[in-house]
Amino acid sequence: MRTLISETEIRRHRALYFAVLGGVTILFTLAFVFPIYWMVTGALKSPVELAQPIPTFIPESFHPSAYADAWNRMEIARYFGNTVFYAFGGWLFVLVLDVAVAYALSKLRPVLGNVILGGMLASLMLPASALLIPAYLTVTDVPLLGVNLLNTPWALWLPAVANAFNIYVLKRFFDQIPNDLLDAAAIDGAGRLRVLWSVVLPLSRPVLGVVSIFAIIGIWKDFLWPLLVLPAPAAQTLSVALSRLSLTSQVPLNMMLAGLVIASIPMVVIFLIFQRSIIGGLSAGAMKG
Amino acid sequence: MAVLSAPARTETPPDPRKRSRSGRLRRAIGDNLLAYAFMAGGLACFALFSWYPLVRGIVLSFQQDNFVTDPYWVGTENYTALFEDPLFWTAWKNTLVFTGFALVFGYLVPLFLAILLNELRHLKGFFRVAVYLPVMLPPIVVVLLWRYFYDPGNGLFNTVLDAVGLPTSQWTQSPSTALFSLVLVSTWANLGGATLMYLAGLQGIPGELYEAAELDGASLWQRLRHVTIPQLRFLMLVLLLLQVIATMQVFIEPYQLTGTTNPDTITVMVLIYRYAFTVNNDFGLAAAMSVTLFVVLAAFSAVYLRLTRSQES
Repeated sequence: MRTLISETEIRRHRALYFAVLGGVTILFTLAFVFPIYWMVTGALKSPVELAQPIPTFIPESFHPSAYADAWNRMEIARYFGNTVFYAFGGWLFVLVLDVAVAYALSKLRPVLGNVILGGMLASLMLPASALLIPAYLTVTDVPLLGVNLLNTPWALWLPAVANAFNIYVLKRFFDQIPNDLLDAAAIDGAGRLRVLWSVVLPLSRPVLGVVSIFAIIGIWKDFLWPLLVLPAPAAQTLSVALSRLSLTSQVPLNMMLAGLVIASIPMVVIFLIFQRSIIGGLSAGAMKG
Repeated sequence: MAVLSAPARTETPPDPRKRSRSGRLRRAIGDNLLAYAFMAGGLACFALFSWYPLVRGIVLSFQQDNFVTDPYWVGTENYTALFEDPLFWTAWKNTLVFTGFALVFGYLVPLFLAILLNELRHLKGFFRVAVYLPVMLPPIVVVLLWRYFYDPGNGLFNTVLDAVGLPTSQWTQSPSTALFSLVLVSTWANLGGATLMYLAGLQGIPGELYEAAELDGASLWQRLRHVTIPQLRFLMLVLLLLQVIATMQVFIEPYQLTGTTNPDTITVMVLIYRYAFTVNNDFGLAAAMSVTLFVVLAAFSAVYLRLTRSQES
């Protein structure tokens, strides 16, 4: 593909091109890969080695026990389990409820549908932080129900559903599915639910994938909201627990680094597997907000 | 798939006009009931966590609410108290300085990186993964990792600076460099997203534009200036707004690295947190502070939404 610089120009200045390529490779390795390398290997070093004034770039001796200690003694296992539970539960709620809303708005076209869509899209203008305090108060005493959701998974799951961006991308995708296709299925005797399940959803795999990945990443990385609504240590996510441990207790550095690595692994794995969807969704997000 | 077979139908077909009128009505009612049944769960979530909090937040900013007694009206007292609190001004000043610094580094660097990466013919996959890796890390991991890099004693940064003979720094622990240190962390953690978005934008520029410019004798700089940048202008504006909106809500960097009581780095979000969740539990005051943030951010969001909408139609 033709870019700013043509192939002929590149060929004419081969030496310069490879110098730049090498420079960028070194820069990117140092800036983005090395910190992660340092974190992973730092956790393998002994506390004595970590405390040395001159850091070593390759561990002198390997102590993988820090990972086991973090998992058991720092109770990373528990927080990891919590976070997985919150992330997958949230994903399920987002998928079921947001797909249902988008399908209803797109294909059933109810009275006041446009008003509802407008109300949802208007919330895109509300930064989450501006709603932090009243949303927190809502969690502590849910209107009409009068229940307190603090320290329960619901405090993360229900707000995750109220995501106008999901509704928007799902509805846009459903809008593009020709109604003839749905009518054909209806003539064959399929009800609305059956049409959604057997026609719309199979066609919507790409968009469902993007919404799923972003829902899981969103819950896994979130910090301020879970910090507020999960004050009980036993209920906390990995991020909130790591923050609490680093601020209030004297965890050895190698164990803490091991905890950071463990918290990162699922995100890095998801990224490496779903790179294409994530990068694609990213660009769509910027343009369509 | 079931095939409609005409001979199988034994009953006489109903009058088509009659069916269309009552049938269509019945179907419309049925679809509406079904639609609202489908939307009930989602609507409840939006009502509880988006629409109601918006109203409640504004109401709350005119009330005294400390979580112990029932809230009562206090008129504009919260706002008066807020504007008299020197921390309010400090927090806004710090937030704006943070946003400004973050733009200086975080705005042009991704554009530059994307243009550079788009010209490289090798290792494309590696560059993309590398620049986006920090974005995938949970923010708490990023800030805790950087805390060790910043350690003035034997942190990596000071060790390296010392080794090459440059002056070391107190980083987050000195008032003069603290805020700047937070900007550095935040920039490192977030520039991958903007870089990849620019990269996608660059790949959407038709190659013929460059070829035509080249035939007209345009130099590299002229092609960049008159083809690349104008083609990216819309994306640049969108990312500028998105970045301003995001950086104004900065929280985890000051919360974790410099603390919620440090006046050198206190930001709007940190002060909201402090009003509501430390000592006094003054939710009314925190709500008033949130309203000031909301007004500023909503203005940026409105411009952003208008832009993206107009682009679409």
